[in-house]
Amino acid sequence: MFTKELLDQSSLLRQKWEDEVRRTIEKNPDLKPRWTTVSDLEIKRLYTPEDIKDMDFARDIGYPGQFPFLRGNQVTGYRGKYWTFRMFSGMGTAAQTNERWHLLLKGGQTGLSTAFDFPTLMGYDTDSPKARGECGKCGVAIDTIEDFLTLVEGIPMDKISTSMTINPPATVLWAMYLATAQIKGIPLEKLAGTIQNDMLKEFIAQKTLMCPPEPSVKLISDTVEFGTKYVPKWNTISISGYHIREAGSTAVQELAFTLRDGMEYVEDVIRRKGLHVDEFAPRLSFFFNAHIDFFEEIAKLRAARRIWAKAMRDRYGSTNERSWWMRFHTQTAGCSLTAQQPYNNVVRTAVEALAAVLGGTQSLHTNSLDEVLCLPSDHAVEIALRTQQILAEETGVANTIDPLAGSYFVEALTNEMEEKAWEYIHKIDEMGGMIAAIEKGFPQMEIADAAYTFQKQIDAGEKVMVGVNKYISEKEYPIPFLEIDDSVELEQIERLNAVRRKRDSRKVRECLDDIRNACKKGENVMPYCIEAVKNYCTVQEICDVYREVYGEYRDPGLY
Amino acid sequence: MVELGKKVMAGDVRSASRLIRNIEDNLPGAKQEIRKIFPYTGKAHVVGLTGPPGAGKSTLTDELIRCFRRKGKTVGVLAVDPSSPFTGGAILGDRIRMQRHAEDPGVFVRSLATRGTMGGLSKAAGDAIHVMDAMGKDIVMVETVGIGQQEVEIIHHAHTVLVVLVPGMGDEIQAIKAGVMEIGDIFVINKAHREGAGKLFKEITAMLDMGPREPGAWRPPIVMVESVAEPHEFERCVDELSDKIEAHYQYLVNTNQLGDRQRRRSLAEINAAVRDAILETVLRRLVADGELDRMVEKALNKESDPYTLAEQVAERYLGGSKASMPVAE
Amino acid sequence: MSERKIRVMVAKPGLDGHDRGARVLARCFRDAGFEVIYTGCHQTPEQCASAAIQEDVDMLGLSCLSGAHRYLFPQVAKLLKEQGADDIVLVGGGIIPDQDFQPLYDAGFKAIFTPGTPLDTIVDWIKTNVKPRS
Repeated sequence: MFTKELLDQSSLLRQKWEDEVRRTIEKNPDLKPRWTTVSDLEIKRLYTPEDIKDMDFARDIGYPGQFPFLRGNQVTGYRGKYWTFRMFSGMGTAAQTNERWHLLLKGGQTGLSTAFDFPTLMGYDTDSPKARGECGKCGVAIDTIEDFLTLVEGIPMDKISTSMTINPPATVLWAMYLATAQIKGIPLEKLAGTIQNDMLKEFIAQKTLMCPPEPSVKLISDTVEFGTKYVPKWNTISISGYHIREAGSTAVQELAFTLRDGMEYVEDVIRRKGLHVDEFAPRLSFFFNAHIDFFEEIAKLRAARRIWAKAMRDRYGSTNERSWWMRFHTQTAGCSLTAQQPYNNVVRTAVEALAAVLGGTQSLHTNSLDEVLCLPSDHAVEIALRTQQILAEETGVANTIDPLAGSYFVEALTNEMEEKAWEYIHKIDEMGGMIAAIEKGFPQMEIADAAYTFQKQIDAGEKVMVGVNKYISEKEYPIPFLEIDDSVELEQIERLNAVRRKRDSRKVRECLDDIRNACKKGENVMPYCIEAVKNYCTVQEICDVYREVYGEYRDPGLY
Repeated sequence: MVELGKKVMAGDVRSASRLIRNIEDNLPGAKQEIRKIFPYTGKAHVVGLTGPPGAGKSTLTDELIRCFRRKGKTVGVLAVDPSSPFTGGAILGDRIRMQRHAEDPGVFVRSLATRGTMGGLSKAAGDAIHVMDAMGKDIVMVETVGIGQQEVEIIHHAHTVLVVLVPGMGDEIQAIKAGVMEIGDIFVINKAHREGAGKLFKEITAMLDMGPREPGAWRPPIVMVESVAEPHEFERCVDELSDKIEAHYQYLVNTNQLGDRQRRRSLAEINAAVRDAILETVLRRLVADGELDRMVEKALNKESDPYTLAEQVAERYLGGSKASMPVAE
Repeated sequence: MSERKIRVMVAKPGLDGHDRGARVLARCFRDAGFEVIYTGCHQTPEQCASAAIQEDVDMLGLSCLSGAHRYLFPQVAKLLKEQGADDIVLVGGGIIPDQDFQPLYDAGFKAIFTPGTPLDTIVDWIKTNVKPRS
């Protein structure tokens, strides 16, 4: 990328500088022996043209909207449209969440994102013995389509895109969304949104589990096929690194495992459904974490786009540019927040959000300062949303596209992340793919090792978390708490029972039989799910059919 | 502690687990309790599971519990995991796979750390089996550590030994063959969907065909178990395995070989107990009167050597010729 | 020559799968020389209590990040008590707001550890407060 003359010049100047450095640190030693990212990747004191001398501008960097998409998918960058301000929210009952949604939309949020409570996430109804004490705690409780209708009351489903963080029961919740639209007379092709629907990362990291990996991926391929045919504007998978990172992975592991998960889905849909990669790949979306290490995160996001474009074109023979695009949502890192001195979290989140924007995210959730303590309060959510608005409209970071391109450091780090990610990807290929790697416990153990290393570094003071292991203060500024009343559970059970009383039980049984047969025959379950939820089958009733046919997967508890 | 033995025999889980703990910790009085329950042991069918790590022993044990429970039998499980040689700590992770049975009063799962014992079991394993036996468990399954080929200790305790293997281990099979293949009463090829299952089957068959076998003698069956990812198939295979386990026990009974196994077990236990009784007493005295330190000095200064020193100790404490020393293996 | 070892169980009651903390602690306890039994995620209170009894642990640590600790933790305490096993030291960890501490202490919990607690603090607490029982 540079002339020989320039490199020679750089080399000479560098030697001179290195001599100076040696002399200086003899008198003034560095503050610490190793300078590393939060992922423990060693960083050099200085980066120079020599660090990126092997790069080819057209091949490796290029222009926005052009292969390899290092600089973003959109030719106009953020000028035509800022990233989507998408705050993840949900708590208590459907009515409470609906109220929060209206508040957020009024405040300038541009997309909705649903958090479900644990029973819903795991495919249990609120009255299941396993659900005791959980109702509405970490998200909204949904048992039947009746709750869903309440949830989207007054929301323009044909205009606003909705993201749903739902995994094992994704077919059921998506069916509720689609059925609700049909009830309201909105054509499916008008609906835009995302279901997370990424089970591989659940086995690897988040442990929202239901069925074994193989049938789980089959259900995901069903949604991809259905979406491709009938809901073309819907992102049927959000391939997520967020949770992998939260479980303690390094940035490289997040990058590698997420992209390899993506490849696993692509391969399954091609094999199982016989679709051509370009028929569905444009609707695959990704979801990354924006952690506290500023440059590492920017490099990670830039590398992600380049790896995916290469993989799609060269590994799967895709010819459609839209398939090469890696579109992703980003959320700031929950695990970087501290319960101690929680107001500091506003600063952390702002820096992480800035990294996400400089990394070229299409959509962003900023965490609220109190999320490590409880459900976010209205005020905390507002500050988080305002953080994004300040970034977009005050700081000027949206003025120009990929402003850090060409930086010796950022490009070198981007290259390093990509290289290390491919190493992992190839290793997983050799194991026979991601499902095989998961069965061996490979990604799980890599993450557990990284998490343990990080914790020990924190304890030893080698890495710093302000307020936790350094600058600890005794004085506390109380945070107002939002708590979900335990009575929510009883109310929700009452609502569920009311639905059970009024529905046609014979019809319910028929619908569940239809789903059972579809599972056994390997048919696409989506049409049957839509019919079932319209007839008031509950989330658990449908999931119990899956568990019955496909078996139940329990946490192997690797440590 | 006085009443532990009685409570164990009444089936009390808490007392049983406590007694096992006291044995592990070598608490004074623990052996006394074992003495009390010993006459009431010998009824349980002890099943050992051994094989390399990652072979799926815990998942198999979990499923076997389901099979035996369905047949109305009560089950005890001893799951052995290695202790860290550096810190002495251990993560005992086998029970994770069996947690679905945690609420079933007919199932008692107890984890044991090896605490430095070689051979794939823990020193307390033998007594822990007695405890579960005395509690009235019909089946006691013992899952060994699974680190390598030296896991033969299990034959001293189990009536039926399962050797669990998985396809695709490459050369490892050779090493394992050398160690544990002779001890298997039943062979399990787990994760049989994997490539190489057929080859493994042939290899085991060839090995079983090598030795002479008397007419009517038990020929170890080879049971193929499908991946747990195919739950219905997996269940069916393990059902078959549980039938084979019961058939082996029936064979031992019918051919009067159960007694041989019991004898083998008693011999091993007496061996260990005698060694413990003598060695512990002697060592304690040597430490207490400073003799051990003096012996170390002598060896260091080359005034003597370990063998001579040991002989002198034996002479002194056992008061006779070398011929009266207990036989050690 | 008795060789007492501290036995602890790390359990995750409830439906949340955020096991980073639980797994880091399991390793940390092993490295501290304890024998650790880990239950894996998604345990009912009944499973936690009965496993703790079967394993004769000295301490049972419960981890929950979903907010369901208010039901789950006292439920485990109650079950242990019913089975005469309330001498097992109970501790809790996870996202637990300050105002929930007292009710948990009242239910029988001896300590609550929230995010950011150094591993050494927890290990030291155990070494001081948890003794192998006989």
